[in-house]
Amino acid sequence: MTALPKATEKRLGLVIDLDTCVGCQACVTACKGWNDAGIGLSDQDPYGAKPSGTFLNRVHSYQVAVPDAVAQVVAFPRSCLHCEVAPCVTVCPTGASYKRAEDGIVLVNEDACIGCGLCAWACPYGAREMDAAQGVMKKCTLCVDRIYNESLPEEDREPACVRTCPTNARHYGDFADPESHVSRLTAERGGYDLMPGMGTESTNKYLPPRKKGAGSASPLAPLLDVQATGIAGWLDRMLGKI
Amino acid sequence: MHPAPSVILFSTLSGLGFGFLAFLGWGAPGPSGWAAFFMWGLGYGLAVAGLLASTFHLGNPKNALKAFTQWRTSWLSREAWASVVTLVLLAPVALSGIFGFGLPRLVGQLGGALALGTVFTTSMIYTQIRAVPRWHHWLTPVMFLTFAVAGGATLSGRVWAPVALLAVGAVLLAVWRVGDGAFAKAGQTLGTATGLDQLGLPSVLDPAHTAGNYLKREMIFVVGRKHAAKLRKIALLLASILPALILLLPLGLWGIALAAAIHLAGALAARWLFFAEAEHVVGLYYGARG
Repeated sequence: MTALPKATEKRLGLVIDLDTCVGCQACVTACKGWNDAGIGLSDQDPYGAKPSGTFLNRVHSYQVAVPDAVAQVVAFPRSCLHCEVAPCVTVCPTGASYKRAEDGIVLVNEDACIGCGLCAWACPYGAREMDAAQGVMKKCTLCVDRIYNESLPEEDREPACVRTCPTNARHYGDFADPESHVSRLTAERGGYDLMPGMGTESTNKYLPPRKKGAGSASPLAPLLDVQATGIAGWLDRMLGKI
Repeated sequence: MHPAPSVILFSTLSGLGFGFLAFLGWGAPGPSGWAAFFMWGLGYGLAVAGLLASTFHLGNPKNALKAFTQWRTSWLSREAWASVVTLVLLAPVALSGIFGFGLPRLVGQLGGALALGTVFTTSMIYTQIRAVPRWHHWLTPVMFLTFAVAGGATLSGRVWAPVALLAVGAVLLAVWRVGDGAFAKAGQTLGTATGLDQLGLPSVLDPAHTAGNYLKREMIFVVGRKHAAKLRKIALLLASILPALILLLPLGLWGIALAAAIHLAGALAARWLFFAEAEHVVGLYYGARG
């Protein structure tokens, strides 16, 4: 059903820490790797001149000019935010796009998808990509086939991107529980929504990168002002007088 | 947004078709016999051709019937219903016109109103999308409906059709004026899209991927903007001014046909711009404003 649930029991989602993310793209690869199994995420011309493919997670990198401080480079992972008011769900004409009442995960039932692309238009975040080979919409499933999968060891029952992140920049948990790891991180570090003006009330939160402090002179600066001593110093003084 | 030919043809042809059907339904019983056959045939032909064109936009059209299920929430589903109900309801009115059954006028009027309702649902598919600020405005349904009424009035030879055609021009000017400021008014920047505005002024350092992807092809379309100013003049001239002038000349049926054909060409140009000029906020992540 493309009507949104009034409230969801759990609100599962991610916290992405922009302070610790180094932009290594491991989450992109792990996501593609896990979700490529089974029905798959197709690639077009992957080894050719114009490679293209379906990804559920992409990492951008931005430079930020910071007033009164050094400029910063910020790696920025972008994937589905599993919004509370998900505009991609209500536009769907077939009911293929839906938000689960039990845990708030936004999913696509590919058997009902007609590939009209309207949900991708409705999403402000570019979280949905149409698979060019299958003609149906693909999106982050929060690794719904991992998190409840009892055949996996318990430590693996979290999204592939979270499991693989070498700097612990991605955290998975239940935002409905105020004592959960993700809720506390959000409260302590000022977790925020992307494009709050879009009214999507996203579940996922981003933690801001720390300001790196006032810009200081280069560590090599003292080398520019070398004071010569001894014979070199005498020569320097004499030549300076001529 | 990518101006896909299937979607442009769909919205213009079905808009004109349903506009014409609205007048035929409302004016029933109009002409009878062969005249009625050709007029209803043209109305149905345009509407159905437009609807068929829309299916070429689907990646997985075998599920198309499922699009009738979500009318409670989805404008696309509502449009599917509105178009089918209109076509079914007007079918006996058309047959009654051709063969002279003498069906009550109310059925035709109801079908005529539904035909315009269908155009409204089409427009709402675009209007509802907040992520495309240029479309997210009440002028979008006004534009779609004005096009349908003007096209229908032209094809059905109403005396006031030139006025409706000039109204199309006025609405286009308003749509462009409001639309040009819509993205800035929505207030989204790379800063708000990433939240990095809390830190400073962000800009793109390195793209997330070097080659294209669905998002860039579908929603970050920039080719048309170069000729936007020229195309606007062409659209204004062809969709509004020229057909209005032609209708004022004493050319009879040929005048109507010529005016309608020119109007349709202008409508296609305007609809191409409607997509090509629309900027999606996802473009911000890629450093494009659109």
